[in-house]
Amino acid sequence: MAVVTINDQPIDIGMERLNLVQAAQKAGTFIPHYCWHPSLSVVASCRMCLVEVGEKKPDGSVVMQPRVVPACQTPAKDGTVCITGSDKAKLTQARTLESLLLNHPLDCPVCDKAGECMLQDFSYRFGNSASRMIDPKNKPANKPDIGEHISLFTDRCIMCSRCVRFTREIAGTAELHIVNRGHHSEIDIFPGDPINNKLAGNVVDLCPVGALANKEFLYKQRVWFLKSQESVCAGCSTGCSINVDHNKDVVYRIRPRENPQAQGHFICDEGRFDYAYINGKSRLDQPLARVGDQLFAGEWDTVLATVRSEFAKVAHERGDTLAGVISPMLTVEEAYLLAKYIKGLSADARLYLGWIPVVGEDEKFPQNRKGNPLGAVKFTIRAEKCPNRRGVEEILKHFQGEVLGFDCFVSDAAKLKAAYVTAGYSPRLGPWLTDDQAQILASLPLLLVQDLALSAICRSARFVIPAATFAEKDGCYVNSANLAQELHWAVKPGTMGRTDGQAFATLMQRRGLVRATAVRQGLAREVPFFAALADGSLGQYGVRLG
Amino acid sequence: MPIAETDVRWVKAPTLGLLDRLYIPAIMQGLGTTIKHVFQPKVTQQFPEVRPDLPANYRGLHRLNRDADGRVKCVACFMCSTACPARCIDIVAAPAPPEWKDREKYPEMFVIDELRCIYCGMCEQACPCDAIELTSLFDLTGLSREEMMFDKEKLLSVFDETVKMGKDPIRTQAGVLSCASEPSI
Repeated sequence: MAVVTINDQPIDIGMERLNLVQAAQKAGTFIPHYCWHPSLSVVASCRMCLVEVGEKKPDGSVVMQPRVVPACQTPAKDGTVCITGSDKAKLTQARTLESLLLNHPLDCPVCDKAGECMLQDFSYRFGNSASRMIDPKNKPANKPDIGEHISLFTDRCIMCSRCVRFTREIAGTAELHIVNRGHHSEIDIFPGDPINNKLAGNVVDLCPVGALANKEFLYKQRVWFLKSQESVCAGCSTGCSINVDHNKDVVYRIRPRENPQAQGHFICDEGRFDYAYINGKSRLDQPLARVGDQLFAGEWDTVLATVRSEFAKVAHERGDTLAGVISPMLTVEEAYLLAKYIKGLSADARLYLGWIPVVGEDEKFPQNRKGNPLGAVKFTIRAEKCPNRRGVEEILKHFQGEVLGFDCFVSDAAKLKAAYVTAGYSPRLGPWLTDDQAQILASLPLLLVQDLALSAICRSARFVIPAATFAEKDGCYVNSANLAQELHWAVKPGTMGRTDGQAFATLMQRRGLVRATAVRQGLAREVPFFAALADGSLGQYGVRLG
Repeated sequence: MPIAETDVRWVKAPTLGLLDRLYIPAIMQGLGTTIKHVFQPKVTQQFPEVRPDLPANYRGLHRLNRDADGRVKCVACFMCSTACPARCIDIVAAPAPPEWKDREKYPEMFVIDELRCIYCGMCEQACPCDAIELTSLFDLTGLSREEMMFDKEKLLSVFDETVKMGKDPIRTQAGVLSCASEPSI
């Protein structure tokens, strides 16, 4: 057992291998740092975390080192004494900040990072209000084309080298470098070799100042207007924990949320930049019903009442001609409600798993320029581009004992009379039906499509019901490693929109608003696989199932 | 709690004497005041024929200042809309045109809802580059709500107009930064 003393407070860190920044964090003391990041190597270059360190001798006396040392580079071991608040430590912190600000342009009013900038925060907490710099500041030119999504404001950089280490250690592609020396160092790329790897967006989050900016978000909103909602990325079956930053029902950006159980600290650019469709103008927000050749928008309750009676009629005539297709974009709760609704109409009804989008192969990082993995895998982008295949499969197994795929549904279509087909895929994945499949499905007498926007198949559908995206609903997704994670609604599904779960509940004639927690608790009681969810809340990091 | 009888002090109206009861001295006194004002300089303003000359620190209609090159001075930092207690300032920022070498960001759209504004002057204080100011123009009228949404062009035209009139707000005349800016060290 190792006991470390942080500012007179002894803290038992057990057998963990921590540095003093982490040990202090455990003791509730914050040591300011820029260059250190838990998932990157230690360089101790920013000098922000300088503290006084000493050692407690067996006889109880404390011997302090005469100099200040970087806390990020000092291992916490039994007997280590760390003082963060002494005059010497405070003075070094203030001097370090003054040095970091020597060439900083102080253009906070036009900087996108302002409000979440560590340079601002630390200057306020640990720095001086004045600078003694009298020489003109260095003004290196900005590099707006450093990457497809990344822009570099060179003069704001404090040379913490987090971005450089990220591209070398996590992405592996090593596009970023430090060029020039001393006072004139800057971050740069090789000419004609922009930072376009699939994890590039993370350097913006890693940048403690406003030097690296996300071009999609640049100047869109000041960060203090944004509200953050904890959610789960629906981009692939890794199921990264994310924060959805939104304001006035518009999603402005997606940021990774640290989750040691899911993905770690980062997310890929595919998930990060795939939010435009949530705010898209082509989204449906009213249900459509076919009259003759045309689809007409109707009231939710009226259309759903018609849907209910039409499906009940088919189920009454012949139950095995009724099918439900459960999309892997639905949450576990929604999948459960839909399965229960379809099976409630007729026990003979068939349930199918929706289209599973698979693009290429799993991509493992770090990888070299040729795409070959380098060393231990630190991040994986899965080929399976849907968040909840595992969850839906378990629901299907529970309700009918087997999982029938989407191809199976298409080949069975000739035998079917009515089908409730859910989709809700991001437009990034392209159409979810091939033309041939659409032609086969067009022959279904009663076809209901639940999707984000109108597509080719809607031309032959009797009903088109709007779906909701992951940012608009509560529920949970089960990722490829059977980790169930909770997502919360951030924005409303259009002015008239409803979530998929609400539509299913209306069809089941459940009254009131659907509460995902209540549905989840019911599900946990009924389906043994989900028994671990009985608590309702899944916590910040999710719950592992199975 | 009811007021105790001991706490109540009863006051009687003063009894009037003979002169008071005649009312003649009081009438003469009143006439005197009236006649005195006939010979004094006139202070009544004949608004709207005559416009009042308001002090330069009056908080009226906003203006968006132009810099020396005639471009909008605003850098779209959103400080005014953050400070605004009435939430009446709506800005859409964009990267500055490439020919503006000294600037990275500028307001693509800048709308103030003058009906919602409470003319507190917080925007003016928050502005780090003295781009927004409240002028002494006060008689603001419009036939519709849309007309009272002042956009960038309209606010810049207020600047041109007030400069032409020689009615710059006091801060511009003083040539120093507003109190929100720290003194240079």
